[in-house]
Amino acid sequence: MTEILVLVDHVDGAVRKPTLELLTIARRLGEPSAVFIGADASQAIESLKKYGAEKVYVVDDADMATYLVAPKAEALQQLVEKTSPGAVLISSNAEGKEIAARLAVKLDSGIITDAVDVQSDGGTPVTTQSVFAGNFTVTAKVTQGTPIITVKPNAATPEAVDGAATEEKVEVSVSDGAKTAKIIKSEPRKASGRPELTEAAIVVSGGRGTGGNFEPVEQFADSLGAAVGASRAAVDSGWMPHAFQVGQTGKTVSPQLYVAAGISGAIQHRAGMQTSKTIIAVNKDEEAPLFELVDFGVVGDLHAVLPAATEGVTERKG
Amino acid sequence: MNIVVCVKYVPDATAERQFESDHTVDRVGVDGLLSELDEYAVEQALQLREKRDGEEIEITALCVGPEQATDAIRKALQMGVDKGVHVVDDAIAGSDSLATSLVLAKAVEKIGDVDLVMCGMASTDASMSVVPAMLAERLGLPQVTFASAVESQGEVFRVRRDGDTATEIVEGRLPMVLSVTDQTGEARYPSFKGIMAAKKKPLESWSLSDLGVDAEKVGLSAAWSAVEDTEARPPRSQGEIVTDEDGSGAKALVDFLASKKFI
Ligand SMILES: Cc1cc2nc3c(=O)[nH]c(=O)nc-3n(C[C@H](O)[C@H](O)[C@H](O)COP(=O)(O)OP(=O)(O)OC[C@H]3O[C@@H](n4cnc5c(N)ncnc54)[C@H](O)[C@@H]3O)c2cc1C
Repeated sequence: MTEILVLVDHVDGAVRKPTLELLTIARRLGEPSAVFIGADASQAIESLKKYGAEKVYVVDDADMATYLVAPKAEALQQLVEKTSPGAVLISSNAEGKEIAARLAVKLDSGIITDAVDVQSDGGTPVTTQSVFAGNFTVTAKVTQGTPIITVKPNAATPEAVDGAATEEKVEVSVSDGAKTAKIIKSEPRKASGRPELTEAAIVVSGGRGTGGNFEPVEQFADSLGAAVGASRAAVDSGWMPHAFQVGQTGKTVSPQLYVAAGISGAIQHRAGMQTSKTIIAVNKDEEAPLFELVDFGVVGDLHAVLPAATEGVTERKG
Repeated sequence: MNIVVCVKYVPDATAERQFESDHTVDRVGVDGLLSELDEYAVEQALQLREKRDGEEIEITALCVGPEQATDAIRKALQMGVDKGVHVVDDAIAGSDSLATSLVLAKAVEKIGDVDLVMCGMASTDASMSVVPAMLAERLGLPQVTFASAVESQGEVFRVRRDGDTATEIVEGRLPMVLSVTDQTGEARYPSFKGIMAAKKKPLESWSLSDLGVDAEKVGLSAAWSAVEDTEARPPRSQGEIVTDEDGSGAKALVDFLASKKFI
């Protein structure tokens, strides 16, 4: 069976959930081989094994992480040349997409980004993308070279299946040209104790209507076990870090439930949440455009509605 | 210093965006404009020049796109860019990101002696965010991308990059490719003076043969990914809207959540 390369997205060796989704997708297309770049793969190999990785290529090179994108693209190129895989799957975040971009140029191969689903047509990946702020669904195929596909979080439910996870160390050579954008400082984002925004089943977001007080939003989110998001207006006001922004220039989320409180529903915000399964809005303006999209809406002050709803949810969960 | 800002002509996101029968984005039948996210790159280029008083800096807006795409270049000229280069050729229609980045790279080479190639973080239509990285790869230049804040001294640029899991400070040296996000600060509106001045600014038009790019390498037929189908999502229909009165809103909300099994 053809190998499908999956680039492992990890934080200091801890595998991020979208990578496990990629392994599940890879199994539809062939035999999943994970590619781990970084120091100390032991923890990663354990989780990759549980989700069906047959092989784990380990590029044990801590130095690579101190340069932006280019070295990882070179490493993947060398692995592709060595293994002639059926496809390369990468997480669709900023870094993943850029690695894919450079890899596509290096390999003269077609690239598809932001897939929300990947199915197999006799081993050829067929992707589904959601475009124009979620207004259109596009299915596509790569027609040249090795398909390079970046996949959004939540594109598949990770299936726990035991893989061999045979470790194979690979030496790669990184050119000087790939070491020209240096990461001189990296500040990990503080853990919030809440689910990851892009991975969460429920997201509760606040906008300018919070007036800077996110407490009602956060408490309601916690009652539902949800992630917290924000509009750009809330981010621009300095109330929430940019990592929490939902929308065109922030994160795209597609949870089971999206709750928007004090958010008007500008097209750029909708671009990031429009494909959510169920949408709820709380807004004191009944004319707010977001109400056009909702499954349920409350016209009212979020500072009154959310705390009371938090209480109600907590009571029911009892 | 020579700066080239890559600008894209995109369908207006507030209008109805459509696909053509060959599944390419309709860029002709829909009102187009300069991709909003590229305005931030134009703005940062202009600010760089303003900060470096005394240094000679020329800024060129480069656009690959159909006839009407001159609108995008004109907007950049009105904002304060010095000159425009428009690569226009029937063969380009339907190009994917790989072909577009190839044409852009060749145009940058033809402009010559470019120190800084700037881009927006993504286009507002395809929003793949891959062209800047592809350009860096093709030009063999440092890739400093997704900058949400830019600082520079001489040839050294330091930017903040808000990543998925960490905020990074990335450093690169000219010549390089730099892409900036909307966090870098609002773009200026063209002034009346700027609009008048733009009319006299040079705008060159190049074809593929001017760049020595083989027409076979670009366009829809050369695209390395093929769209099988495009489908409009059924519009969402509005659900129930209740007006909160003395706590009734919260109660209805909780009932709704329970009915959908979210609690
Ligand atoms: C290039 C570009 C990119 C952008 N990218 C993004 C993006 O990624 N994400 C994004 O979100 N935006 C983005 N925007 C900004 C977007 O256009 C809107 O400006 C922004 O989404 C507005 O945020 P908001 O809804 O919180 O604020 P507003 O539009 O000001 O809406 C606030 C809402 O809160 C309601 N409200 C006020 N007080 C209360 C209360 N007490 N209780 C209940 N409701 C209340 C009001 O009725 C109003 O509807 C972008 C813009 C541009 C130009």
